[in-house]
Amino acid sequence: MEIDRSRLSQPSSPPLVEEGEAAPASEDVAYWEGLERTDEFRQLITARMRFVLPATAFFLVYYFLLPLANGLAPGFMRTDVIGHVYIRKANSVFDRFAAMVRERAARGRRTTP
Amino acid sequence: MNLTLALFLIVVGITLVITGWAARRTRTTVQFWAAGRGIKGWQNGLAISGDYMSAASFLGIAGLIAFNGYDGFMYSVGWLVAYLTVLFLIAEPMRNTGKYTLADVLSYRMSPIPVRSAAAFSTVAVSASYMMAQMIGAGSLIKILIPSLDSALKPWFNWTVLGTKLDPSITVVGVLMMVYVIAGGMVATTWVQIVKAVLLMGGAILLSFLVLLHFGFNLGNFFNTIAGVKDKVTGLNFTEPGILYQYGKKSVFGIDLALLDNVSLGMALILGTAGLPHILMRFFTVPNAKAARQSVVWAMGLIGSFYIMTTFLGFGAATLVGKANICATVTANCKPNSNLAAPRLAEYLGTQFFGGTGGEFLLAFIAAVAFATILAVVAGLTLAASGAFSHDFYVNVIRTHILHGHVSDREQVLVARITAGLVGLLSIWLAARVGATANAAALVAGVAFVIASAANLPAILFTLFWKRFNTWGAVASLVGGTLVTIWLVAIGPGWTVPVNAHPAFPLQNVGIVSIPIGFALAILGTYLGELVKADRLAEQKFHEIDVRAQTGLGAEPVPAG
Repeated sequence: MEIDRSRLSQPSSPPLVEEGEAAPASEDVAYWEGLERTDEFRQLITARMRFVLPATAFFLVYYFLLPLANGLAPGFMRTDVIGHVYIRKANSVFDRFAAMVRERAARGRRTTP
Repeated sequence: MNLTLALFLIVVGITLVITGWAARRTRTTVQFWAAGRGIKGWQNGLAISGDYMSAASFLGIAGLIAFNGYDGFMYSVGWLVAYLTVLFLIAEPMRNTGKYTLADVLSYRMSPIPVRSAAAFSTVAVSASYMMAQMIGAGSLIKILIPSLDSALKPWFNWTVLGTKLDPSITVVGVLMMVYVIAGGMVATTWVQIVKAVLLMGGAILLSFLVLLHFGFNLGNFFNTIAGVKDKVTGLNFTEPGILYQYGKKSVFGIDLALLDNVSLGMALILGTAGLPHILMRFFTVPNAKAARQSVVWAMGLIGSFYIMTTFLGFGAATLVGKANICATVTANCKPNSNLAAPRLAEYLGTQFFGGTGGEFLLAFIAAVAFATILAVVAGLTLAASGAFSHDFYVNVIRTHILHGHVSDREQVLVARITAGLVGLLSIWLAARVGATANAAALVAGVAFVIASAANLPAILFTLFWKRFNTWGAVASLVGGTLVTIWLVAIGPGWTVPVNAHPAFPLQNVGIVSIPIGFALAILGTYLGELVKADRLAEQKFHEIDVRAQTGLGAEPVPAG
C-alpha cells in the first residue's frame, strides 16, 4: 500500500523531542497513547513479536545447547538464513504497518493540533 | 624487513588521506557523531563487521583453532549469534529513537541528569576496558610482527610520563587514532573501518584460497589431514572437543567448572554485543531503520564468512606449519604464541607458492592488516568514550540541565574533539601502565562484554519494551551492573599475577552471575522507585518511545519530492 509521503513532511509531524523537557503535556501523552491503541500499531506489534520472540528464544536455546551438548555442528548457515528471512518479513510486513501508523499520525495531527 | 615497514607506511598513508577527506565533512555535531546519517546499509555493515573483527578475533581465533582444534572453532560461533540479538531487538528501535549515544535513547523516558550520568559511566567503563585490551595487544603484536617498526620508533617516542615509561608502539597507535577521531570524527572512523574490513577480508580470502589450493581443493583430504593432528597434552584428535575446555576436572556447587566458564563466556558474547557503545553508535549513522537492519544482515554475512575462513586459516596453520613452529623467532623448542598462527601461515604459503620474497611479502601484508585492524577498532572506541563524556555528561548534564545554558553546535564539536584527545592521551598512559601485567589483555576485553550485557543491555531492553521501567531501575542497572562486574572480576582468578589458586569467586568469566544480577537490579530499582513515587513521567512517556521505536515516526527522514 502506498502512503502519501507529502503529509509526513509537514511541520505538523512531531519533531524529535529534546529530552529532559518539563512534564509532557497531558494531551501529548494522550496523543502517543492514542497512536499506541490504533489497530495499525497493534497489528505491527503482533506481527513483529510473533516472529521476533520465538526466533530469539530459538537461537538462544540453540546456542546454549552447543556447549551443553558439547558437540553438534555450529549454526553458521542457519543464523544467516534467519537474518534474510527477517529482512524479507520486515520489508514486506513490518514496514507497511509502520507506514500505516505514521499515516494515521499525520491524519491525527491535523485534527488535534 | 624494510618491506614490512613500507607496507605499514602505505596503510597509515591511506588512512590519513581518508581522514583528510573526512575532516572537510566534519563540521556539525551530526557529522561528527553520526557521519551526517549518510552511511549506506552495506557500508555500515562493513564497518560493524570491522568493529567486530578486531586483532583479537582475527589473530586470536585463528590461533585458538590452530592450537586447540574443534574447541577453538566453537569460540567463534558466539560472535556471530550475537548479531541476532542486535538484529531482532536493538538495531531498528535504536535508529528510530536515538541521536548520537545510548543515553539519548534512555533519556527519552527517564530523568536526564541521573540517567545520562550513569550511562556515561558505564559507557566509559566498557570502552576503556575494551580499548585497554586492544592497545596492550597492539603493543605486543607490533613488537613481534613488525620489530623494525618498534625499533625505528624507540628513539622518537621514548617518553616517561608520571613515572610510567610509555610504550613506543602503543604511543604511535594512540596518536594515530587521536588524529582520525579528532580531525575526521565518525566519517573518518567509519571509512578507516571499511577500508580495513576490505583489506582483512581480502587477506583472509587469499590465505584460505592458498590453503585449499595446497590441498588441491579436496576438502575430504583437508579434513583427513586435520584429523591426523593430535594434541600433545590431552592426546585428543584435533577434530574432537575437549582440548581447550577440559571438562570433568574441577567443579563448583556440583557443576563442572569448565562448562560454567564456557556458558558464562557465551552469555557475555551474545548478550554483550547488543550493549557495546561503539557498535550501538553505528546505528545512528544510517538514514533509517531499513538501512539499520540491512547493515546488521550485511555484518552477519561478512562476519560469518570471515569466521569460516578463520577455520581454514587455523586448521591450515595447525596442519601446514604445526604448533611447534608458531613462534616469534622460529627455533627448535621455541615458545609457541597462538597469535602468530595466521602470520606464520601466510609466510609458509607465500614461500610455497611465490618463493622466499612471496613469503616475506605475505607476512608483511598480514602484519600491516593486523595493525590497520587495531587502529580502526580503537578509533571507534575513542569516539564512543568521548561521546559519552562530552555529549552526555558535559553538554546534556552540566551545560543544559545544571547550568541551563544553550550549547552551540560549534562548541559541542569543539568539546567533542578535546575529549577525544584526552581519552586518547589517557589510554596511551593507562595501556603502557597496565600492559606490564601479563594476562591482562584478554581479561579486560572479557570485562567489556560483561559490563555491556550486565549494565547496558537491561537498561536498553527495558526502556524499549517495559512500560513500568523508570529512572531508578535504569540507574541501578547501569551503575550496579558495572560495579558488580568489576568487583567479581577483581576477586576472581586471573586478576592477580601469579594466578590466585583459591580466589573468592571461582570463575574467570563472571557473566553467568553478573548478567542476571544486572537484570535483577533493573527490576528491583524500578519497584523501589515506584514505591517512593520517584519517577512518574517514565511510565507516561513509554507510549511515545514505544510508537517511535516501532514505527520510526518523527525519525525517518522523508525523501525529497
